[in-house]
Amino acid sequence: MNSEPRFRMVLTTLVALILTVLPLPPWMDPARPAFLVLTVLYWSIAAPRAGGIALGWFGGLALDVFQGPVLGQHALALALITYIFVREHQKIRSKPAFQQALIVFAAIVIYEFIVFAIDGWSGHPITSSARWLHSVTSAMIWPFAAAFLTHRYGRSS
Amino acid sequence: MAAFGTGARQLQGRGGSPGFRFTLYALLSIVIMFLDERSHWLENARYFLQAAAYPVQLAVSSPSAAWSWLQESFATRDELRKENNRLRAQQRAIEIRSMRFDALQKENAELRGLKEALPAVAERWEVAEVVDVELNSLRQRVLLNRGTSNGVFKGQAVMDEKGLLGQTLHVGPWSSEVILITDPEHAVPVQIERNGLRTIAVGAGDTASLALPYLPANADVKTGDLLMTSGLGGVFPAGYPVARITEVHHDAVQPLAQVRAAPLARIDLDREAVLVWFRPDHPAAPGTATMSDSKTGNARIQPLPAPPRAVTAPAAGTGAEARTSANAGASGSKSTAAAKPSPAAKPTPSPTTHAAVPPRESGASASEAAGTPRAERPQTPRSEPPRSKPTETGASPTATEGAKSPAAAAVPPSPEPAAPPKPSPAATPPPEQQ
Repeated sequence: MNSEPRFRMVLTTLVALILTVLPLPPWMDPARPAFLVLTVLYWSIAAPRAGGIALGWFGGLALDVFQGPVLGQHALALALITYIFVREHQKIRSKPAFQQALIVFAAIVIYEFIVFAIDGWSGHPITSSARWLHSVTSAMIWPFAAAFLTHRYGRSS
Repeated sequence: MAAFGTGARQLQGRGGSPGFRFTLYALLSIVIMFLDERSHWLENARYFLQAAAYPVQLAVSSPSAAWSWLQESFATRDELRKENNRLRAQQRAIEIRSMRFDALQKENAELRGLKEALPAVAERWEVAEVVDVELNSLRQRVLLNRGTSNGVFKGQAVMDEKGLLGQTLHVGPWSSEVILITDPEHAVPVQIERNGLRTIAVGAGDTASLALPYLPANADVKTGDLLMTSGLGGVFPAGYPVARITEVHHDAVQPLAQVRAAPLARIDLDREAVLVWFRPDHPAAPGTATMSDSKTGNARIQPLPAPPRAVTAPAAGTGAEARTSANAGASGSKSTAAAKPSPAAKPTPSPTTHAAVPPRESGASASEAAGTPRAERPQTPRSEPPRSKPTETGASPTATEGAKSPAAAAVPPSPEPAAPPKPSPAATPPPEQQ
């Protein structure tokens, strides 16, 4: 029981990472939902003990290896919003899907803001407004992602 | 929807409270970021992480690779024959065009007063496959399947057969990440081929355009002008085609012209790219000393209190650098405080090859150090107030040695033809001084 959900957690996070770095046509790319963030957030409220901040941190670090100008920036941002979700997991879990989507939207805006701030601090500022677009698409896809993960992986634990 | 699997349980288990763990991880990531950004301690870690990420990147690119493999294997015989004919015609055209190349090269060398023709600036090249592509408005990167095991290094120029593609950014053992010239974080120093006007082309975030944001409104630039690398900046060699100007806007309100250019390399179509190794001693080659710290720009044209590598500098490499700095000086860019001869260091005017010096001064100091009678005093006024700090005058011994090095002697003013300097074949005296 203890290793089983953790294995699923790592597997789904890896798939989400691949979805995040999968090449897409340029016009679709800014709207790509942050699959990795959604998966990590799902696990941090569904199984806060097993995954939680460690999952967020290592997932963010993996993302940094693929697309971060500075190693550790996605790790920090993802660890922060994972911490918020782990702390408040009972409150968030009991909300209806729409409100969950709003909370996820706020979390991804915080996440993107931290990444943006570190980008600016390290001298790679990208001030295009397209970088905020994925917080909307991620929030829109959240109910479906959560339902999918629950249906596929959540129940049997 | 809100029914998740595990029930509410106590969180206080192993590893302390979430707040404690978060603090730990946050500190860890801040330390990592600091090390990665401010020092180069994490280069090795990046190297291994890149190696670990390579399988995932291969997996990610496998669908498109499989698709193109399928397309290729089901290409009809007719198409293959057509392509074969086209390639043969192309090869014939290239052969005819390069037939006169050797002769022209020799002629060029004679015109420049060199004994023997220079070899081409590209020493070796290797075709690499594009494994993974990331083309969005924030990042324009590709991943190549060549790494340090093939001799690839950080800051290496990448081209295709039409023009410049970009440079390597992170190099792993078997793969290397290339930042394209169209990436919004990338800037390439260019020169307009028609009139030699130098500027900087910045990536605009889409594969079809570069921006030239630093051209004044009255700059002589037209649609259709060819942009070539200028050789400044220490990464790309001079004279390689980059882009062609597509639109020029003169707005009466704006002090700068709005200029766009289209890259010549087929950035979004390439499935192969060429990694190029340049001869470091070639005049057109970029300065090797600046490759590692290309983030801070070319160290040689920044004001330095004392030239650090003047004594052991290889003759030809610095000769080329001196030529470019002479160009920069001639075009009226800043002559830095380090370049001004300070009164205390009067017998040997201050370091020459490392700062952006007007050619006059460097020439004068060179002839002085080489023992030739001084034909003319440097035109810089001696009565100039001492703008350099006393610490800078302490550099005079090194400055002497630096001036004695053949690199400095490679920029002669040639005051009399009787004592011409003996430049090494690679060190070309700048044409505007002859």
